Amino acid sequence: MKYVTEYREPTAAAEYAAAIARATKNPWTLMEICGGQTHSIVKYGIDELLPKQITLVHGPGCPVCVTPLELIDKAIAIASRPEVIFCSFGDMLRVPGSEKDLFQVKASGGDVRILYSPLDAVEIAKQNPEKEVVFFAVGFETTAPAHAMSVFRAKQEGVQNFSILVSHVLVPPAMEAILSSPDARVQGFLAAGHVCAIMGFEEYYPIAAKYHVPIIVTGFEPLDILQGILMCITQLEDGRAEVENQYTRSVRREGNRTAQQLVRRVFKVVPRKWRGVGEIPASGLGLAAEFSDYDAETKFGLTGYTAEESPECISGLVLQGLKKPAECPAFGSSCTPERPLGAPMVSGEGACSAYYRYRRYEQQRAEKVKA
Amino acid sequence: MTALKEFALHCPISISDYPNVTLAHGGGGKLMHQLIEKMIVPAFDSPIAQQRHDGAVLSVSGAKLAFTTDSYVVRPLFFPGGDIGTLAINGTVNDLAMCGARPLYLSCGFILEEGLPMETLWRVVQSMKNSAAVAGVQLVTGDTKVVDKGKGDGIFINTAGIGVIEHSLTIAPASVRPGDAVLLSGDIGRHGIAIMAVRENLEFESVIESDCAPVASTVQKLLAAGLEVHCLRDLTRGGLGTTLIEIAESSRLHITMDETRIAIREDVNGACEVLGFDPLYLANEGRFVVFVPQEQATAALNILADATDGEFAAQIGTVDDEVPGMVTLKSRIGTSRIVDMLSGEQLPRIC
Repeated sequence: MKYVTEYREPTAAAEYAAAIARATKNPWTLMEICGGQTHSIVKYGIDELLPKQITLVHGPGCPVCVTPLELIDKAIAIASRPEVIFCSFGDMLRVPGSEKDLFQVKASGGDVRILYSPLDAVEIAKQNPEKEVVFFAVGFETTAPAHAMSVFRAKQEGVQNFSILVSHVLVPPAMEAILSSPDARVQGFLAAGHVCAIMGFEEYYPIAAKYHVPIIVTGFEPLDILQGILMCITQLEDGRAEVENQYTRSVRREGNRTAQQLVRRVFKVVPRKWRGVGEIPASGLGLAAEFSDYDAETKFGLTGYTAEESPECISGLVLQGLKKPAECPAFGSSCTPERPLGAPMVSGEGACSAYYRYRRYEQQRAEKVKA
Repeated sequence: MTALKEFALHCPISISDYPNVTLAHGGGGKLMHQLIEKMIVPAFDSPIAQQRHDGAVLSVSGAKLAFTTDSYVVRPLFFPGGDIGTLAINGTVNDLAMCGARPLYLSCGFILEEGLPMETLWRVVQSMKNSAAVAGVQLVTGDTKVVDKGKGDGIFINTAGIGVIEHSLTIAPASVRPGDAVLLSGDIGRHGIAIMAVRENLEFESVIESDCAPVASTVQKLLAAGLEVHCLRDLTRGGLGTTLIEIAESSRLHITMDETRIAIREDVNGACEVLGFDPLYLANEGRFVVFVPQEQATAALNILADATDGEFAAQIGTVDDEVPGMVTLKSRIGTSRIVDMLSGEQLPRIC
């Protein structure tokens, strides 16, 4: 398939792996930001192609994983109301709240629907004027323009029975939080290509300079990731800390200005709590005053929600790159995709789920041989 | 009352796990297997059900028969490449074929929703008639029930089928041997994407048609050629990945797949890239895997190649006894990973 197959080409992959091995003289720890990259790395076994000196740690860029527990509980509370049609992207339905997940709300009669675009939710609202239609607006900068557009259009068309439950987070503040932690071990970043397709990469220059880390805007296919790693290692070995763009076929320096303008108009920057990490100042989006009528939290009067995370789950450490999924005592035993303790085990892009699906070779081998 | 209470106390799917049935219990993944293994098979406790195959193989007065049943609840009722009627015939015919049987007779139970346009029912009945003619089976008994409006989804169909087994092979996971070749009868994923495209109004450059088709005649040719067929399994809900995991687990053997040998049409692959789906878990309705000794692989592939879409038939893997019950995939870039069963249905990703 054009633009995919050529980025999964085995000879080129082997050549990049060899080039990385030649370039690497010292031990380095790199973090890929996006869950989609984590998934590719684990699925294709890209880390197996790298020299021992390179450690890849997995970043916080899985929107499902960082959505706080109390927000899932709020979603469940809204979805359980008889007058509500609750719409969401598919992966959010399996994320456990304090007591249940959205699939269970659906099984007990709630009208919960999987959509591909928030604009479809506005259409549903128009077709069902007697219902309240709520979209679960989760994600990073990548999904923000579509969410902004849905609210913008609803207001433009006077659709009043539509609202969004916002859980939007931003990448650069999370990178700063990771770098300024006393346990910080990340020496270079593979930035999330799709986030940069929207936002561009100008906002990374101050971070690269302040913390002296190379930041490589990287794509998602095996060759993208290998090339991103090579660019990052080359900078580190040269003692440079620059912003570079590997994903030139999708990302321009300034990003998508039209999308950015819409996001700035509909949303404002707010502090956000990240699941497993805690509150990070100015790290998320909330609806701007002009659009506050479309805020589901206000509309349904949901305040004072607090929720306790499972003490067993170390997802916060995993999301900050401080631990690998397999280092968690619950991994694969009390925490599995069927009975997840934390969100990284739920989402296809979560680091724990990626490790569980593709990486239990030795563990499974031992179990199966024993059985 | 006592009986009810006892049942509640002993329900094998603990109430704290799942107080209600969820859609994932029918998704062809881990939860469905758990339901079958923990609740249904033990309750019906029969050595024949323990065969864990697409149908039951029965000996009746000297004749060997295959017996199977399946229910069809597809939405939408009509989709590119087929409809609920073609599925209801081909699905059951194919389950019989996977037992190595020649399909003979089918039953048909309709559950119709009040208000269903008669024209719709007529179209479905006509396509059942045509599919039965193509597959060479007769519909010989049936039942019709109508439920209140809102209590069904237009049409639900159950078909059961009987076929005759005219060879002495035991076609089952237990017959798979180390050294077997794993053959796949065509490209994968078309049914899953075809249904989703219609259901969710997704538009692709070209219409993706379901692969829905009967495979019994191809299976009969494999058997007539005297090939030592060890196992057959059609790929349905859980896709190629789930099917091979089931066989690896039942046979206590290890299957290695080669990603580059699995045919996936470009438009199907494109849809998967957009939605974040793995084609290994997409539904199929006209594809099956064949396990034969490696030295017979070429002969078997020649027969598979003559069938519809047979140009995509290929040897996709091999069997060994290195890690019992496991399936591994050699990726396009030369690395290896395990293939695991999904919990339930695949969910489209966020971004």
